[in-house]
Order: sequence, then C-alpha cells, then structure tokens
Amino acid sequence: MAEYQNLFTSVQPVGPLHHGIDLPRGDDKRTGEPFLVHLLGRIGNAQIGPVYLGSLGVASLIFGIAAFNIIGFNMLASVDWNPIQLIRQLFWLALEPPPPAYGLNFPPLEQGGWWLIVGFMLTTSILLWWVRTYRRARQLGLGTHVAWAFAAAIWLYLVCGFFRPIMMGSWSEAVPFGIFPHLDWVSAISLRYGNLFYNPFHALSIVFLYGSVLLFAMHGATILAVGRYGGEREIEQIVDRGTASERAGLFWRWTMGFNASMESIHRWAWWFAVLCPLVGGVGILLTGTVVDNWYLWSVKHHVVPAYPLGSPVVVDPAILGVKP
Amino acid sequence: MKMIYKLALCLGVAAMLSGCERPPIETVQTGYRGTGMEQIYNPRTLVKQAPLNQAPIAAEAASPDGPKANQVYQNVKVLGDLSVGQFNRQMAAITQWVAPDQGCAYCHNVQNFADDGKYTKVVARRMIQMTQKVNQDWKPHVAETGVTCYTCHRGNNIPTQVWAAPKDRKYANSLLGDLAGQNMATKEAGLTSLPSDPFTPYLMGAQPIRVNSTTAMTGVGANANRASTKQAEHTYSLMVHMSESLGVNCSYCHNTRNFQSWEESRPQRVTAWYGIRMAREINNDYMTPLTSTFPPHRLGPKGDVLKVNCTTCHQGAFKPLYGAAMAKDYPELQVSAEQ
Repeated sequence: MAEYQNLFTSVQPVGPLHHGIDLPRGDDKRTGEPFLVHLLGRIGNAQIGPVYLGSLGVASLIFGIAAFNIIGFNMLASVDWNPIQLIRQLFWLALEPPPPAYGLNFPPLEQGGWWLIVGFMLTTSILLWWVRTYRRARQLGLGTHVAWAFAAAIWLYLVCGFFRPIMMGSWSEAVPFGIFPHLDWVSAISLRYGNLFYNPFHALSIVFLYGSVLLFAMHGATILAVGRYGGEREIEQIVDRGTASERAGLFWRWTMGFNASMESIHRWAWWFAVLCPLVGGVGILLTGTVVDNWYLWSVKHHVVPAYPLGSPVVVDPAILGVKP
Repeated sequence: MKMIYKLALCLGVAAMLSGCERPPIETVQTGYRGTGMEQIYNPRTLVKQAPLNQAPIAAEAASPDGPKANQVYQNVKVLGDLSVGQFNRQMAAITQWVAPDQGCAYCHNVQNFADDGKYTKVVARRMIQMTQKVNQDWKPHVAETGVTCYTCHRGNNIPTQVWAAPKDRKYANSLLGDLAGQNMATKEAGLTSLPSDPFTPYLMGAQPIRVNSTTAMTGVGANANRASTKQAEHTYSLMVHMSESLGVNCSYCHNTRNFQSWEESRPQRVTAWYGIRMAREINNDYMTPLTSTFPPHRLGPKGDVLKVNCTTCHQGAFKPLYGAAMAKDYPELQVSAEQ
C-alpha cells in the first residue's frame, strides 16, 4: 500500500497552488504562474514558482552569464573552436590567470586579461546575489542567517582570487577558472608552501568541514527517525516540544550523554558550516604572505613528529660541489 | 518499475567504479612505519610490462687479439682500438639493437662502408660517443649497470619515447583561448592539467626546480623566495613525468610530508638528481648539435631535434630493463671515445 514518507515519498498530498505572502511595497511582482512537477514532489516541494528576480537578481544574472560565456568561449578557442574537443577535454580546460611577470598590472587580453575581466564580472555577480539573499530575507521578515553563511563562502572565494593575490603582488597567484586546473592549483599551492596539511587553519577548516558532515548526518538521521511522530515539523517543535522532539533528545542523551535542542542543533550546524570557509580563508591568506613553509613552521612550533632517518643519511648533491 | 530501479542502480555503480583500477594492489613498504613511504604495484600491470623490459642475450665475447679495427678499416673514428673481431661483434650488436630490419645498410653505404654519406652513420658515431660518456662520467646515475644503445632503442631506429617542442595549435596566437602551456590532457603531464612541457625548462634549460623555502616565515627583499605557484606547477609536472617514467610513486624518492628535505628522502632521489642533469647534458651536448645532421622528417613539428627524457630509457621500469647489466658484456661502450 502506498505510504506517505517525508523523503522519496510515493504519494503526494497536493494542495492548492499558492503565490506566497504579500510582498512589501516597492518590491517587484513575482513572475510566472506556479505549477506542479510530480517528480520534484518526490524529493521536495512539487510546486515550482512563482519566481522573484528583481533588479538585483537580473543584474547578478547578467554579470554571471557574461562571465560564464567568456570562460566558455576561451575554452572553446583553446581547442581551436572544435565543439567535440570542448566536451571531451572540458574537465582539463581553463581560463588561466596572467603569468607572474605581469604582477598586478593589467595584462594583454590573451595573457590573462580575460581572466581579470571574468574575475570582476563573477565577483560582481556573486556580490549582487549576496545582496539579493539579504534583501529577500529582510523583505520576507526573516533573519539574515543565509546571507551571512553565503558571505562566509564569498570570503574564501575572495581570499583565493583577490585578497591574497593582491597581498602577494601578483594575479598569477590566483585560481584558474577550470575543473582540473583549479584542483591542480590546490595541489601546487600546497607543494609550494611546504605542505598545507601543516597549516593549523587548514586543519581547523577540515575539522569544521567534517564536523558539518557529521552534524548533518546526525541531525538528518534524527529527524527522519522521529518522522513517524511528526518530527519533520521541527519549527513547531522548537516552541512546542512534541513526542518526536522528546524522543530525539532522549535518544542522544542515552547514546551520547548530551542532546542539542531542536533550535540549538541548527546553531551548531550553522556555525560549523560557516567556520569552515572562515578559518580556511585565514589559512590561505597567511600562506606566502606571512608563512612561507608550513612544514617548517610546524617544526618550529614542535608539532611535527621526528622519525628515524635512513642510513646513511641522504645528502643534497647540490651542496657537495659535485660537478658531474 | 522495480527492475528499472535495479538496472539504474547497477549502471550507476558501474559508472562510478569505471575509473577505478581493478585489484589486487600490492604495497611494498620502503620507509619508516607510519610515514606512508611505500610503493603501490598492480601485479597485472607488471606482468604486462615485464616482457617489454627484457635485455637481449649478448653474443659471445670476441678475441681481443689480431689487428686493430682502425688499421684494417678506413674512416674509423670511434671504437678503433678494438680488434677486428670485437669491432664486428659490436657492429652486429648495434644492428640488432637499432636496425634489426634494415641491417648494415641502415647506416652504411654497402658499396663503401667507410663512406659518411648516410646521416644515420654520422648520428650513430655520435651516439656511441654519448653512450661512452654516459657510462664513463654519469656513474652516479647509471652506476655499474651502464647503458647500451638498446637501453633506449629497444630494436627501433628511433627510440619510441622521445620528445620535441610541441606543435602550436592552429589558433594559438588569437585573442582568446590561451592555454598557458597547460590545461590539456597529455600523456607528458600524466593526464593532469599541469604544464605539458616540463622538458624544455628543466631537461634543456636549467630553470630552478626547487620552489620550497628553507625558512618557515616569508623572507623580505633579497631573502624572499620568489617562486610562484605556477612555477610549482611546472616542477610538479616534471615530477609527474619522472614518476610515470619509472612506474613509481612520489615516495620512491621523497618523504611526502616534506618534499624538499634531503635527509628524509631515499637515496634514489640523489640518483634522480643526477639523472636530470644527465638528460640535460645529452640534450644540449649530443642531440641539439645534431639538428642539422638529421633530415627534416626526423625532426619534431617545430624543426627541433628529438630529445631524451626519463621515459626514453626507463620506459615504465624503476631501472631500465629492470637493471639488467647489459653494459658489462660490451666493455668497449664503457671507455671514453677518441674525440
């Protein structure tokens, strides 16, 4: 028999389509008639729309699409305008920042000039979208938690592509726009600066990353487990604890000795998620500007274990004065 | 409906696993426990590779007695001190190593063996000098194992693993689409998007390979380490090339917690250090001067001569031919040439 579940549900209770609450004066109108998509209803809300774009949203999309297209056409040009090669090599292609020789100057277009233009456009797009998330929350009468969490991610983005390159005096230190190339940049910056795993801010960032994952799994599992008692109505249970909330709390007190509340678990999750890019950004900002070799920094601060060396100890041939 | 879900699940799992290497994976510990210094091998790969890296059986040594080759033959500029028997044995070996299908005529005018008319003969003479030089002066890299023509040639006129400056793209100089020498799926960069030509700066030029600082904190002025992250990508690319050439992991030479440290490295890193300089000397002193000797169809797409890198000899093995000491059967390739 069909059963209602709160994830991957096979039956969908469908109510009348709603346009949402009235918007404050001065806001644009929402666009589009809402409609239902059954498949989306299986993993979330079946209703699509109406959409509120507004001037900020439109401006953000214009800059974002321009950046996307400039990156795309540079990639297409780099495979001699061959669309098949574009798809085949898509993961390898990139729009690279300028070579180190240009420092912070504006390089020729084909030598990273496009990269700077795209960086400006993408950043503008992201910042406009941030203002939009802030404004929409305010206009709906919500807190601005989503906007500030988004700002934490933007902080890391700006550190990698803007603040640190400026402090280093070279745009070449920034991240390329490409799938594998940006991953290779990650490896290369770690290799250049003596192993980023010895950067304590990197370590903290990982703690918050994995911590977020753990909290998400614990919270998701808890709510699903008490779904049969209406636990998915979390917001109501914050002010009016029902049996779902009681049982969820009891479970963790039994297994862990401590339980978060229906409200505080979301603060835990929010802070863990937000601190991940915040401390990570601090770690990247210090790399090359203050600390040049994180391994040696860790040796200096006595956090590196010493292992027995091989015998005989290997010596750098370059210092032996050997002229082969 | 249920079947469709199962099918989709199977396809999904297959797609996710398709990039993986099928086990078994064998791990060999090479350093102190806990440091992760170990080599990873897949026996199936080794089984495929082993027959490709076997040394041919050496012919029986010839008598050193009798007249010298340079007394009997004309225009002998290398190996002239050998007896005629030794000289002919060496010539036969070279034929087997380099031109088994074409025979003597690949290098020699068969009407007049002394004739230098064929470019192949001029190149071969220089290559013999190069082999002698390597065996004589590059012992820190080749040790007593040494090299012969076969180490690189493996029965081919041109060693299969050589490099030349890569061809420009059709629209390389346009306003859009600068690749910055990287971001292509190339074998040279081990299918990463790292720079695809680490050879020109390091195995021809002598650009600094080391990018790490020797101090924890950033230096100021003259003490600053100016190596950029992009430079680290070039070094990384060279290291990927070495790793792929030898069929080994980074930890074959390095302790990866601290790549720069020599004390924590394995002695193999010293051997590799000399290898980089050896390849550089071969490319600059032996290959490049031969550029005008080669006909155009033997040159790279940009007209530069074909050059060596680590793969040229190693071909996926930690030691070429798994360290088979071929050179001891050909002592004439070990002595310095009359220049």
